[in-house]
Amino acid sequence: MKFNANWLTQERIVFLIAIVLFAAFSFGLSGFFMIDNLIVLMRNVSVLGILGIAMAIIVIGRGIDLSMIAVMAVSSAWTLQLMQDGYSLWLALLLGLLCALAVGIANGLLIAFVEIPALFATLATGIFIYGLGKSFMLDLDVVYLPEDTGWFESIGKGSIGPIPMSLILAFVTVIVVWLILSKTRFGRFIYGTGDNPLAARITGIPVRVIITAQYVMASFIAFFAGIIISTSVSAMNTRIFHSTMIYDVILVVVLGGIGLSGGKGSVRNVVVGTLLIGTLLNGMTIMDIQFTMQNFIKSLILLFAIILDSVLHPRNEETAQQGDI
Amino acid sequence: MFKKILTIGMAAAMSVGLLSGTARAELKDELREPYFESFKGKTVAFLPIAMGIDLTEGWAAAMQAAADKHGFEFIVRDPNWSTNAGTQALTSLIAEQPDIIVVHNPDVQSYARLLKKAENANINVIQVNMKSSYSTNLYVGVDWVEIGEVGAQEIVRICGEGSGKSGKVAIIQGVLTGAGSIYQIEGIMNVLNQHPEIKVVANQAADWDATKAKAITQTVLQQHPDLCAVYGFWDVMTLGAGAAVEEAGKLDEITVLTNGGGSQMACDNVKSGVFDKVWSYDVPGQSRDIVDMIKIIFQSDMKPGDMRAALYTPLKEINQNTYDSGICWSLEK
Repeated sequence: MKFNANWLTQERIVFLIAIVLFAAFSFGLSGFFMIDNLIVLMRNVSVLGILGIAMAIIVIGRGIDLSMIAVMAVSSAWTLQLMQDGYSLWLALLLGLLCALAVGIANGLLIAFVEIPALFATLATGIFIYGLGKSFMLDLDVVYLPEDTGWFESIGKGSIGPIPMSLILAFVTVIVVWLILSKTRFGRFIYGTGDNPLAARITGIPVRVIITAQYVMASFIAFFAGIIISTSVSAMNTRIFHSTMIYDVILVVVLGGIGLSGGKGSVRNVVVGTLLIGTLLNGMTIMDIQFTMQNFIKSLILLFAIILDSVLHPRNEETAQQGDI
Repeated sequence: MFKKILTIGMAAAMSVGLLSGTARAELKDELREPYFESFKGKTVAFLPIAMGIDLTEGWAAAMQAAADKHGFEFIVRDPNWSTNAGTQALTSLIAEQPDIIVVHNPDVQSYARLLKKAENANINVIQVNMKSSYSTNLYVGVDWVEIGEVGAQEIVRICGEGSGKSGKVAIIQGVLTGAGSIYQIEGIMNVLNQHPEIKVVANQAADWDATKAKAITQTVLQQHPDLCAVYGFWDVMTLGAGAAVEEAGKLDEITVLTNGGGSQMACDNVKSGVFDKVWSYDVPGQSRDIVDMIKIIFQSDMKPGDMRAALYTPLKEINQNTYDSGICWSLEK
């Protein structure tokens, strides 16, 4: 059989690495290959997966959203703050959501209409909303969930049968976004816009509206992810904005094989990338490897996947696109 | 006879009263004037790891109140969790020459050289809660070794010999290079090394982040369903570990221990059973210590390097009996 390098896409490479690691951990680590542990594994990366999906929508449309973590942290923390201040749950949720959507709309307008590159526009809006949140909307860095919020708490803490709610919600996000991207006209327009915006415009696709809609969608999902985090640990730590989380999200997207040049990839890529990270983190925690060492190993495996991809698929003028980062 | 004695007694008492009354009018409290005089035109600068957390907000509020009352200037430089920004802020503070810098170190190394430089520039430095490897005149804060030892003794009491438990313990540290982690783990190991029946099945850093603490605890719980205790290095972070135990439905079997500044959140979570015990280093108490040290420095001619002293905070234990005794604080109170 002839080896065909084209079959080995980055998504497949990452999937293979994930399978190899998974097999190795299953044999080498007692307690890894157990149904409960596998649920924990997926649950621990469910929020990362959800954010990855949001980022994928934007990256496929040839953009990037660096404000995502700030939107997630501030909008959900504000919801908790409003609840603490005595607002009803629904009003607090509505205001939090509106706050997230406002940033999404601002991102979209800046990028699609003012034509600022997405990298700079979202970098700025992210810092803006974080600063605004810390200065005017929130009392402290860490906002706690008020006691006895009933069903609201079960978003992050509850489960249906043995399956945790956050995992189910991640699954729902995957299905819904997959349907939107692959089955609707809007989804196909996103691919068209990402692949070649100029051609898309000539064909009559409302490119600016599509781009704005992508950022609004991403902000909506980010708010949703923030609510899962805050109900899961009973608090929202806005300091998360200063962590490497935004890079982890981009990593999951790129690792799965969605090119930053846009127009390519699907929800499946994000799932594969997320599963690799999940397997790695879970196995290393079982082995009780120190945090800094974990980061080191994680980065090595990521580098390996990316290098293998560029060796197998060298870039040339034909494959490179304008806007390729 | 009795009446006579009473009359004499009353007369005596009255004359004593009169005498002391005149004495009071003549004697003045000689400390008062120099006390208030000593604060005039002075400046205190505060460099926390970040504002917006219960600890630093509590300390700053107390210093601000003292400044307002006594008329010295109080300035805050907030590096917002960035060690880099903190280093720059400290460098520029040294150039600005405040009389006292109150510093909250992000780790034991980063500010060490600059603190020495500040002392050379004749600025008194008070370190709060997180010590640098370089000791200045004063350290006000937790004895991390002690808090680790106290926590470990509780672990031994609950999970050790004769308890009938597995003896398995998970330890969740903060940022590994911070004083809060380095000295605390030392204290824990001082005790646990003498108790081989306690097995540390996980010793991980969660970076002061509740979400990471939760993920670690969930994985550990899968591997060791018979876990006896989780010990977290800060209550805000340990909230995540507690959430993991709660979701596993094991709050009754697994003991969750931690420590923190004793804000209302700690009491609420002891009340709801998420935390079994929290050792509080009582931010209002620490704040008073800090303000007292500021007052002493201003009233004495203390120069940097005159002493190397520590005021270790007495610990308060928040447990089922004490959580509603007013032991916790909030900024509003």
